[in-house]
Amino acid sequence: MKPDSLRVLIPALSFAVLLAAVFWLQPRAMSYLGLNLLFNLAVPIALATIAQMLVIAVNDLDLSIGTFVSFVACVTATFLNDSPVLGLAIFAAAIATYALVGVLIHLRELPSIVVSLGMSFVWGGLAVLILPAPGGSAPPWIRALMTAKPPLLPMAIVASLVIAAVAHLIVMRSSFGTALRGVGGNARSVERAGWSVLKLRAATYALAGLFGVLAGVSLVGLTTAADANIALRYTLLSIAGVILGGGEFTGGRVSAIGAVIGALTLTLASSFLTFLRLSPDWQIGAQGAILIVVLAIRLVLNRQERRG
Amino acid sequence: MTFRTILLAGVALAAATAVQADTAEKRIALSNNYAGNSWRQAMLESWDRVTKPAVEAGTVAAADSFTTAENQATEQAAQIQNMILQGYDAIVVNAASPTAINGAIKEACDAGITVVSFDGIVTEPCAWRIAVDFEKMGKDEIEYLKGRLPDGGNLLEIRGLAGVFVDDAIHAGITAGVTENPGFKVVGSVNGDWAQDVAQKAVAGVLPSLPEVAAVVTQGGDGYGAAQAFAAAGRPTPIIIMGNRQDELAWWKEQKDASGYETMSTSIAPGVSTLAFWVAQAILDGKEVPKDLTVPFLKIEQADLETALETTPKGGVANVEYTQEDAAKVIAAAGGA
Repeated sequence: MKPDSLRVLIPALSFAVLLAAVFWLQPRAMSYLGLNLLFNLAVPIALATIAQMLVIAVNDLDLSIGTFVSFVACVTATFLNDSPVLGLAIFAAAIATYALVGVLIHLRELPSIVVSLGMSFVWGGLAVLILPAPGGSAPPWIRALMTAKPPLLPMAIVASLVIAAVAHLIVMRSSFGTALRGVGGNARSVERAGWSVLKLRAATYALAGLFGVLAGVSLVGLTTAADANIALRYTLLSIAGVILGGGEFTGGRVSAIGAVIGALTLTLASSFLTFLRLSPDWQIGAQGAILIVVLAIRLVLNRQERRG
Repeated sequence: MTFRTILLAGVALAAATAVQADTAEKRIALSNNYAGNSWRQAMLESWDRVTKPAVEAGTVAAADSFTTAENQATEQAAQIQNMILQGYDAIVVNAASPTAINGAIKEACDAGITVVSFDGIVTEPCAWRIAVDFEKMGKDEIEYLKGRLPDGGNLLEIRGLAGVFVDDAIHAGITAGVTENPGFKVVGSVNGDWAQDVAQKAVAGVLPSLPEVAAVVTQGGDGYGAAQAFAAAGRPTPIIIMGNRQDELAWWKEQKDASGYETMSTSIAPGVSTLAFWVAQAILDGKEVPKDLTVPFLKIEQADLETALETTPKGGVANVEYTQEDAAKVIAAAGGA
């Protein structure tokens, strides 16, 4: 089996096992409405995870994605709702800022962890400035989109499939995606092949910013209002989602489909623990344990594959 | 409502809790966002202490409590959606954010679930809200002082954490009270951050510049610190309003035994979770309940001090658990049946 398919196979299997366990514990989840309730909050997490995956693909790490999504959520619930043009302009500026951060990291050879950590305070501060007290309201169109009831499959599943397909096309099937993964694998040879690594990194960050914007907008579509601290957890969730989905921190080895599955698995894991009625004191530890088990299985399989 | 009447009502009702056939099949869940301080711990304990007998007596079928591992709105939204899947009939929620879980609350309402929010209330119109009237708390302090000092006097105001709405609300109440009673004059104001050590430092810093202070108006968790600062400066102890913390009550008791010191103490009891439980039960029972209810304060007066101190754990907050009857009174006060 090709390593790339193996990369997706293990996350998919662990997802299936967890889903079976949830269905067994809570048969009500096995319905159109149930699946939607189980997964709709995973949609913004999946989008944030794709943003994180793009950054990880070029060997960087984005510690600001959680506060960025919170910032976007605040803009969505205020500016985008009151004057859509201004809201879109702010999003464009935010995406440009993301590209600039990529340029800065590349030119000055700064560690991305430090730069993005700094940016997280900038986004967090802006979010509080825009929305000092929780509130605002979701633009009706995004609310309608996120609560739509398409035939056959619930919106949460449809959205996850679309996100996975689009991200897969960009990262695995386009020439830009190949070059992007090349920057993570061997930046020098990409440069020798005539690509500008600076431009690639800027484009990657801009694309990550775009997915971050989509995450924030879709989140407000679900919550109906925003809060400056609404998505702080997304930073760690997105990193965990990428790794759980078969990505690696170095070498441009990522999987878009895996990342979406990873985000869904993380959401499912916490529901699973709630259905188990596990005490909150143990929940974070149990979530960590699920992560470690999945990663351990992957390590063992990788090793066996190398031997065979 | 004084501490004693609540206590008596509780004893009377505990003996007479009848089986309610109408809600015997109903299941109620508590969605809590945080358990990291003594107030929240007391809140969860109260929930267990009141709901376990209610389940055993067959009043409701289940009353499970869930706390999110991290104090995050997105996590609580997911938790509430899980509760919908688990098929609860009512969800009682202390929310991480007044707005960020509205989507999940709406999903619950659409699924026919009764949602009652308390303490950390939500703005989604389909949910019930049991809110705290902090402004009235500030006003009540001045009302009490008016009874003690008919001629008025100089006040020192200890405020809470700057920028938090609770601080603004209590302050607004105190300001309104002082405006209505021109005999009183606020001669100094410091931020005590609801912590005894911070309050003590702040009061000690401002005391030398103040004229004689007749009374100290507080927000809770700062009275003991203020008393220490007055003692250290060698000034006579004014009337200090207390905030139901055990250290404050213990100090008050000491002063009362030594010199007949009189004051009062007021705050919100963590047992408000049990009030929310009974309100949810009443709604499930088909009672007409207005969407906005107000939590009664837990007021401790001179005569109740010993009882309150005995029942308050060291380092804790005076607490009271509400009964079905108390909930009925709160609902009636808001104009429901």
